[in-house]
Amino acid sequence: MTEIELLSWARGPGLQIATIIFVAGVVIRILEILLLGRKANLAEAKGGEMSGGLRTVFTRTVPDRTTFKRSSVTIVFGYIFHIGLFVVCFFSAPHILFLKDIIGFGWPSLPTPVIDAFAVITIIALLGTLVNRLTNRVMRFLTNFEDLLTWFLTFLPVITGYVAFHRIGLTAPSLLAVHILSVELLLVIFPFTKLMHAFTLFLARWYNGAISGYKGVAS
Amino acid sequence: MKKALSLKDEISKKGTLGEVLRSQGVSRRSFMKFCATTASMMALPPAMIPMIARALENARRPSVIWLSFQECTGCTESLTRAHTSTIESLIFDAISLDYHHTLQAAAGTAAEAAREAAMEENYGKYLLIVDGSIPLDNPGYSTIAGISNLEMLTECAKGAAAIIAVGTCATYGGIPHANPNPTGAVSVEDIISDKPIVNVPGCPPIPVVITGVLAHYLTFGSLPELDHIGRPKAFYGQSIHDRCYRRPFYDKGHFAETFDDEGARKGWCLFKLGCKGPTTYNACATTKWNGGFSWPIESGHPCLGCSEPDFWDGGGFYKALSKPTENLSQTAVYATAGAVAAGAVLGALNRGKKNASNKIHIKTTIEDLRK
Repeated sequence: MTEIELLSWARGPGLQIATIIFVAGVVIRILEILLLGRKANLAEAKGGEMSGGLRTVFTRTVPDRTTFKRSSVTIVFGYIFHIGLFVVCFFSAPHILFLKDIIGFGWPSLPTPVIDAFAVITIIALLGTLVNRLTNRVMRFLTNFEDLLTWFLTFLPVITGYVAFHRIGLTAPSLLAVHILSVELLLVIFPFTKLMHAFTLFLARWYNGAISGYKGVAS
Repeated sequence: MKKALSLKDEISKKGTLGEVLRSQGVSRRSFMKFCATTASMMALPPAMIPMIARALENARRPSVIWLSFQECTGCTESLTRAHTSTIESLIFDAISLDYHHTLQAAAGTAAEAAREAAMEENYGKYLLIVDGSIPLDNPGYSTIAGISNLEMLTECAKGAAAIIAVGTCATYGGIPHANPNPTGAVSVEDIISDKPIVNVPGCPPIPVVITGVLAHYLTFGSLPELDHIGRPKAFYGQSIHDRCYRRPFYDKGHFAETFDDEGARKGWCLFKLGCKGPTTYNACATTKWNGGFSWPIESGHPCLGCSEPDFWDGGGFYKALSKPTENLSQTAVYATAGAVAAGAVLGALNRGKKNASNKIHIKTTIEDLRK
């Protein structure tokens, strides 16, 4: 297999397979959660579920003071790499083109030096979370294989993208193929790991808020 | 053809390349300019220019046999554009080209006799240039004087000092090799493995790149340093994207969206129109075409990636590199529909399981606790 063949496979059948697994996996898992339902609450309602639920979806974005104090490193690095990933994923010109091809519309891109800077910051923050995970005794105790796997498979597309953009080591077709393949790997494991939080976090927050709302207390 | 013949006569009289060039009215200045260009393109220090000039001037025309298989003659056209007689083409003519379908005057038995004679006289020393791919499915798909391409190539390769595969067909199979490859076309290196092979891909390759390889051979008596797919590093060492004069627009995010919008008129980056510059290694951006006049991207067309293997099957010339080659939205819609159905079934099963476990659940009573 030549490198152009590998690239063609990654852009064609590889992406198809990854998309099917990703979309089907995410939809099935969310449906399973929703269809399982919740136990009927027999207590008298002291407030609205919807308002509490919706409010919490947003308020939980800001960490409360005690949580922040307790795990400030995790939160700071976490925020940085999430924002970095968002910018790099959705504002780099080739990525927008990719998404436009699928969803039918695009938006303006950021200049490559800006994307480049965000990529570097994301890489540093991701490395920071790993170092913190391995050096902090509590974190190390809580870390399992899945945590390391998801960290690695999140890190891979960022670092391969950075290397592909700067053409380090291999030739451009191979680097681009490796970058696309790394994204496909991430898509494939996405529905089966904690990466699902990208979708389920809204469900979880809503349920938390709704429970409190029903009880008429702040969440 | 007449020109080639008279040149050949002249060469046999005069002997060296330098003499021939002078007799053709090529000034010393333009000859040295060619040597300097060649030296800089091969990334050689300026001190090497006189050496190249000396070596080229005194070169005693190595015998060259040029085999054309499944090809379109575009590679020969590229090299011998007749409207301006370039030094490149003169150097090419001045090589003792003993066999070349398009350029030789002889035909039929006489042509084949010339090839056999050249092979015999220069056994182990001649250069073999090949353009075009070789069909393996049926030898009858492409024959010359009743000899199949495969047979002619293996026979000619035996006595060759080195082989230069010219054009993407000879180097990587090219268009004949493109899906579904009806003739079972393969490249030269798919067949010959015991000879040094230089790949000079491109559809067609840049003339100065072909002559540059020849000049290197004439100067140093060896073949240039090659990359991982057999291309001379000096000419194929950098990607089009990295040397493109439109690169700053890519970095700023200024793209032509269509061939006639404002971006296209302003000469912005052609990435969105399918430019394969980022994955293509060739010298177009630096040497340009038509005597350095222009090149595809300068004239507003995205790079097709013609010097890369399988460029014809690379997912569409006008599809941006970062776009998927298949219809992913359709895949996603089908996957969602399938998943909703599967999710509903799984949800019902889960519910059934939950109800069943609720049913068999025995509640602890006060009596139980008193026991």
